[in-house]
Amino acid sequence: MFGNLDLSVLQKLWWIIDSLVGSLFLFLTFVQGGQTLLWQLGKTPVEKSLMINSLGRKWELTFTTLVLFGGALLAAFPKFYATSFGGAYWVWILILFTFVIQAVSYEFRKKPGNLLGEKVYEVFLFINGSVGILLIGAAVGTFFTGSNFSLNEYNLVSWTNPLRGLEAAFSLFNLSLGLFLVFNARILGGMYLVNNIDFTGYADFEARTRKWVLINLLCALPFLLYVLISLVVMDGFGVDPATGVVSLVSGKYLSNLLAMPLVLILLLLGLILVIWGVISTAFTARRNGIWFGGVGTVLVGLVVFFIASFNHTAFYPSKAYLQSSLTIHNASSSHYTLTAMTYVALFVPLVLAYIAYVWRLMDTQKISAAEVTGKEADEMY
Amino acid sequence: MVEQMDLTMVNWARAQFAMTAMYHWVFVPLTLGLSFLIAFYESIYVKTGNEQWKRIAKFWMTLFGINFAIGVATGIILEFEFGTNWSNYSWMVGDIFGAPLAVEGIVAFFLEATFFAVMFFGWERVSKKFHLFSTWMVAVGSNLSALWILVANGWMQFPTGMIFNPDTARFEMQNFWAVLFSPVAISKFTHTTSSGFLYASLFVITISSWYLLKGKHVQMARKSILVAAVFGLLSSGYVVFTGDEAAYNDAHRQPMKLAAFEGLWEGQKGAGLVAAGIANPSKQLNDDKPPFLFEIRIPGMLSLMANRTPGSFVPGIKDLVYGNEAENIKGVEEKMRRGKLAVEQLALYKKAKREGATPTAESALARFDQNKAYLGFGYLQSPEEAVPPVSTVFYAFHIMVILGGFFLLLFLLFLVFALKNSLAQQKWLLFLGAISVFLGFMAGQCGWIVAEVGRQPWAIQNLLPVSVARSNLTAGAVQTTFFMFLTIFTILLVAEIGIMLRQIKIGPEGE
Repeated sequence: MFGNLDLSVLQKLWWIIDSLVGSLFLFLTFVQGGQTLLWQLGKTPVEKSLMINSLGRKWELTFTTLVLFGGALLAAFPKFYATSFGGAYWVWILILFTFVIQAVSYEFRKKPGNLLGEKVYEVFLFINGSVGILLIGAAVGTFFTGSNFSLNEYNLVSWTNPLRGLEAAFSLFNLSLGLFLVFNARILGGMYLVNNIDFTGYADFEARTRKWVLINLLCALPFLLYVLISLVVMDGFGVDPATGVVSLVSGKYLSNLLAMPLVLILLLLGLILVIWGVISTAFTARRNGIWFGGVGTVLVGLVVFFIASFNHTAFYPSKAYLQSSLTIHNASSSHYTLTAMTYVALFVPLVLAYIAYVWRLMDTQKISAAEVTGKEADEMY
Repeated sequence: MVEQMDLTMVNWARAQFAMTAMYHWVFVPLTLGLSFLIAFYESIYVKTGNEQWKRIAKFWMTLFGINFAIGVATGIILEFEFGTNWSNYSWMVGDIFGAPLAVEGIVAFFLEATFFAVMFFGWERVSKKFHLFSTWMVAVGSNLSALWILVANGWMQFPTGMIFNPDTARFEMQNFWAVLFSPVAISKFTHTTSSGFLYASLFVITISSWYLLKGKHVQMARKSILVAAVFGLLSSGYVVFTGDEAAYNDAHRQPMKLAAFEGLWEGQKGAGLVAAGIANPSKQLNDDKPPFLFEIRIPGMLSLMANRTPGSFVPGIKDLVYGNEAENIKGVEEKMRRGKLAVEQLALYKKAKREGATPTAESALARFDQNKAYLGFGYLQSPEEAVPPVSTVFYAFHIMVILGGFFLLLFLLFLVFALKNSLAQQKWLLFLGAISVFLGFMAGQCGWIVAEVGRQPWAIQNLLPVSVARSNLTAGAVQTTFFMFLTIFTILLVAEIGIMLRQIKIGPEGE
């Protein structure tokens, strides 16, 4: 079935699948966003405990999605994996480091004998939610601003900047994208907590959580606007479809948006959904803002990945040597591998279905103060 | 490529990967085995309705959770180290190696991650049966994760189902099923997961033995031991069986590894198996010194293990390095000559193609095809480089095998005395049980040393040496991250041990 598809179709299909995984990860960064709100929202030990336990039941999903994102990129676009991870060394190492310290923090934080004390694990969670997401944003930003590498004829990467990827964080565009993602994660985190916690008897806590969703949107807006305006006016890395030659094209990303009206619609719809999620959380008693914000984030994420790569665009451009830039066509796996993995991807709907089922099953009953302070309290995070 | 090699960086990158993998393997085998043991305990609870089994399941679940998190933390580093430190490898074999990793993420990790939350926090939120189902799903998901990463590892030991594409200068997959069902991948999966079951059974026995020695939580400890002894006995039997299969695979696919872990320098017909011995530390490839200062050898056993025939020939390290015409074994020198031809012809092919010189390109490609099976040897500097560190691998293998035999006996004794209900009286056995998890840890680490050090200098057997698989990084960068991860992993390990000890001291709720 899939074996009959053209290689370029499979490459696009896998870019869409990888983009979807990446965008779902951005939605699931509500966990990271929530972690950065811990001190702002959790004014008492019970409130903090409610937050940690609410987020702690989802942290693994975010983590696993990140791992899948890495694995799927290696499988479908190994040249990108090799170039970016082997080249932009420090930025990826720091990102990974923040996820290592996150992975143990929920489990270890409250356990007696945890060596570092509760506060340190909370700081770990904050670092993961702030520095980790900021650097991921900066790394994604290089899809538009370019990186400093060259590939030889064996496709082996040499990085030409001694900062080995950290230089990405010094670009205003990359930094703005990173900060937008941090604030967006905080917006999603707040909306998730509103959805997931039983606030009975904790009206102040609820009001504070709802208020901070709005404040975080206001903080995110300048960065979002800067990113959007830059995308409209900046030069992009176009690929000549006939020769494969990469060149700087003025207004490339704007022309990508205009050439793909569906993507433009996705962007507008995504932004509207996120804003509606915030408004409904901040100004009404509704609890379902996370779903609007989540879907909106996924849509905006897809747009970011699509305009970086489709319509003859190099998705991982090299500023140093334009012709080393990666496109979804020159960076992908073989036809056979993409076909085999497409069959495996048929499991994705099943996976999404059982995740949704279990999520619903577990979250029908909201996390309450009674639960985190009751007889099972020592089994909680 | 060869001119740019920086062996210091390669060594640091190897050290970093080894360190991460060894830390990972402290925690992961526990996850693999303990998840099933918890599922057994909970199944008994659901079947009998006896609350004590629920308390037992919950107690081991607490320890499982503490261990699980740090296994996940070390695992993510392993996955991304392929890209950061081994980017040439990622490019050259990503087309094949990446697929199992992606499948692992899709079909296994989410199973584990999704049902993990139900297992820990779903007691009051879902039905008893759905909770049990979730516990089983965590066990299945954990072990499915192991399947895919071990398939990937098995492929590195025995590359199959692929072809080298000279245009892209990489290996590309041709047969997914050949990769998945490669005999090395199968034996790697079965041997490794069953060793995890064994290790987890020892973990339960260690803690339960300590309780019995202290006279605490006696009922819970007895019940835990009974199930763990059965599981451990079955697992250790299976470990022996799959270990034999792994050795047979080594004999035919990685004969240098087999020769190294047996300390077999000269090939022999009817070769004996060294049951125990002290390797001669001054022994070199090109001397005639005796390989052992002391040895106990079982005649004909190595030939039987390697070829299923007692009198058959088993090649030694010298045969493999220098060749043995009588046994039709090509030496490394000859393979290097052909490998270098392959490397040269590949470069010529690419140059001719770039310049549009089609006839030159075609003839270069034809010559490359004749020699491509030896491509990796073209990057070696000397034939001796093809020999792994013999003593390290020899001792690691023998410690692992001796401990494997000991565990079989230990589980049997625990089972017998548990069935006789006289465990509490066997102080000597409880003492052995109380230290057994450390021995299990040692056996597991030794197993990986045999598998990974034993296949040096190859990242991909015969095709890609580690010196070419590396990223273009400075040694200083990798050294820095080595110490960074060493520090954080050590801190987290100490924290984990501290938390575990405290939880063990507290013991199961209501016992």
